[in-house]
This record gives sequence, structure tokens and C-alpha cells, in this order.
Amino acid sequence: MTTNDLIDRLTGELKPVSRAAVAKRIGIGMGVGFVASAVLMMSWLGMRPDMMDATGTMPFWGKFVYTLGLGVIGVWAVKRIAYPLGNIRINIALMAILFLVMAMLAMRQLMMTPPSEYYAMMKGHTIAVCTFNIVILSVPLLGAAFWVLRGLGPTRLTLAGAAAGLAAGSVASWVYSFHCDESAMPFIAVWYTLGIIIPGLIGAIAGRSVLRW
Amino acid sequence: MHSVEARLKELMLASLAGDARSYRVLLDDVAKHLRGYFLRRLADAYRGDADDLVQETLMALHTRRQTYEPDRPFTAWLHAIARYKLIDHFRRNRIRATVPLDDAEDLFAQDNSNAAADRMDIDRLLHTIPEKSRDLIYRTKIEGQSIAEVAQSTGLSESSVKVSIHRGIKAIAAKLRGQSADDDK
Repeated sequence: MTTNDLIDRLTGELKPVSRAAVAKRIGIGMGVGFVASAVLMMSWLGMRPDMMDATGTMPFWGKFVYTLGLGVIGVWAVKRIAYPLGNIRINIALMAILFLVMAMLAMRQLMMTPPSEYYAMMKGHTIAVCTFNIVILSVPLLGAAFWVLRGLGPTRLTLAGAAAGLAAGSVASWVYSFHCDESAMPFIAVWYTLGIIIPGLIGAIAGRSVLRW
Repeated sequence: MHSVEARLKELMLASLAGDARSYRVLLDDVAKHLRGYFLRRLADAYRGDADDLVQETLMALHTRRQTYEPDRPFTAWLHAIARYKLIDHFRRNRIRATVPLDDAEDLFAQDNSNAAADRMDIDRLLHTIPEKSRDLIYRTKIEGQSIAEVAQSTGLSESSVKVSIHRGIKAIAAKLRGQSADDDK
């Protein structure tokens, strides 16, 4: 095909594009990913039985704000990296700040606890599954974020994959927080955060090939 | 330069609104710019790929046109896409270039044993310097890539590529001087 033929074809296919097209694609993709992740959580793990009582406690809202905050920053990162020349420095910085706040709350709780109980606190009763469950719940979200980015124009594919993975992990940890009844801040700061970083790494590694266009 | 930006941006905005006539003018114009851009950056052996790259970039412009933000310069956006396609092309061809098909018939055409010995010496010397400099020297001095190409494919700035190469060569020179001093003893 000559370049002129291609230009004829593209001109014939031209349709108006709305200014909100990128936001719409992200909304649809991440929305579907979120619903899939939530359905998976409810059918596989189930909501915590003491949901009503939990909403009156600090740890529930601590987890809620931490994971939802990271999720919002993560989805915003997906949007920013979706454009040619996009970068996500500010998103990474904000995520780090949120993590530091969480780490400080965890430290404060540790200081008010006798050292003999540290181990039990870090271990909770779900240490064996917490991070793993979050990573599993992030799978549909990571697929959705990859779909979103493949239709847009990221030019730094490793970073784009990392943004997709961090967004997927954060939203998945928010979904998981409706099942998980752990309440110690140090537990959340370590095992939830690890459940977010692992999808981030998977995304960064896979991004280079999966996101090529 | 400024007037090109203003004109193309206006055409792009009209195209995003669905004006096919502006779109054709835009694509024709962009195709010419892209051809020059790719031809200047491709080694002679790959000149023939310039048209493919132009077409791939036009396709990308079309399918990803929603990622153009009207408050940003159009030329910068287009350049980012063209550059991405060029780097993608380099990556793909480095993989292909490991099995150069034309070499098969030339393989025994001349006696290469001296060249092979030289090559072994060079490899031995190169292995005495840090990996980063070694890789850069190998690509510029032996494979014959330009500083700009190497800078682009490694993501380093041109000046840091030059500095790295210079340091590497100085280290090799020092090694050689050391060696001959040893030999003299």
C-alpha cells in the first residue's frame, strides 16, 4: 500500500473524537475490572461477616482510606502515562507519601504495644493469604488496565506497565479490605503494601511486550 | 517553526472535530515531514524502511488521536509518536541483525584469520573496562551506530554517551600503556 492510499483510507474513516475519549476509555476499562474483581472477591472470599460493626471502627477506615487513596492515585497514573511523553513522577511521589503516613501510624501503634506482641501483630491470622489474595484479586484489574493502555499512546512501556500494576494492586487491596478483618496497622502497612507492589512489578515486566503498539 | 506548529495544530483540531478535508491536508503534510525525519535517522541499510515507518506513524496518529491534548503543541505530540516508532524499529532490527542473511555467501570469500585475531584482542581489551562503556564503544566504534542512535536506544543523553565512550577509551589506552611497559621489562 502506498502512503497516499493509506491517507485516503484514514481520511475516509475519520470520525469526530470527543475531548473526554481518554477518560471514558479509562472509566469503562477500570470500571469493568473493578466489578470483576469485586464479584471474584464476594464469590470466592465473601464479605467479612461483621461488616456492620466494622464500619464503626478506626482500622476499617484506616484500611479504606489508605487503599482507596492509592487506588485513585494509581488510576490517575494510568491516565497520565497513557499519553505520548506522559510521566508519573508525581503519582509515585504521592503514593510514597501515603505509604509514609501509613508507616508512621504503624510505628505509633507499635510503640504503644509491648514488644512481646509485635510478632502476633505482624502475623495476624491471615498472613499466609493476605498478600496472595490481593494479587489474585488484582488480575482482572491488571488485564483491564492493559486493555485501556493498549488503545492509547504510552511511550514509556515499563513505566506504563508499572502504573497499570500499581493501580490494579491498589484497587484490588481496597476490594480485599471488605473481606479482611485484620485491624493492626503494621499488618496493613506491610502485607497490603506488598500486595500492591507485586502487581506493580508484574506490570512493569510485562508492560514492555504487552503494551507495544 | 512557530508557524508550522500553529498551522498543523489548527488542522489537527479541525480533524478531531471530524473535518475530513483538513485531515487530508494534515496527513499529507505530516507524511512529508515524517519521511525526512526517518530518512535522516536510518542507516543506509535501512533506508527502505522509511516508508513503512511513515505509514506506521500515520496509523498510530489515526488510532491514537484521542491522546492529543489541544492545550499542548501538536509537533511535540507527533514527534513523541514518531520517536517511539523509530526506537521500536531499532529494537526489532537489533534482533534481526544478529542473523544477517547476506553474510552467508561472503563467509569464505576472504581470509579473515588476521581480522579474527584482531577482533579477539579488541574483545579482550573491551572486557577489561566497565560494562556500560564497553557496550557503548562496541555499538559506536564496531557496529558503527551514530552517537544519536545509541543515545536514543539507551535513553542516555548524547553528552553522557560521549563521556562514557571517552572514559572507556582512556581506560583502554592506559591498559595498553601498562601492557607495553610490562613487555619492556
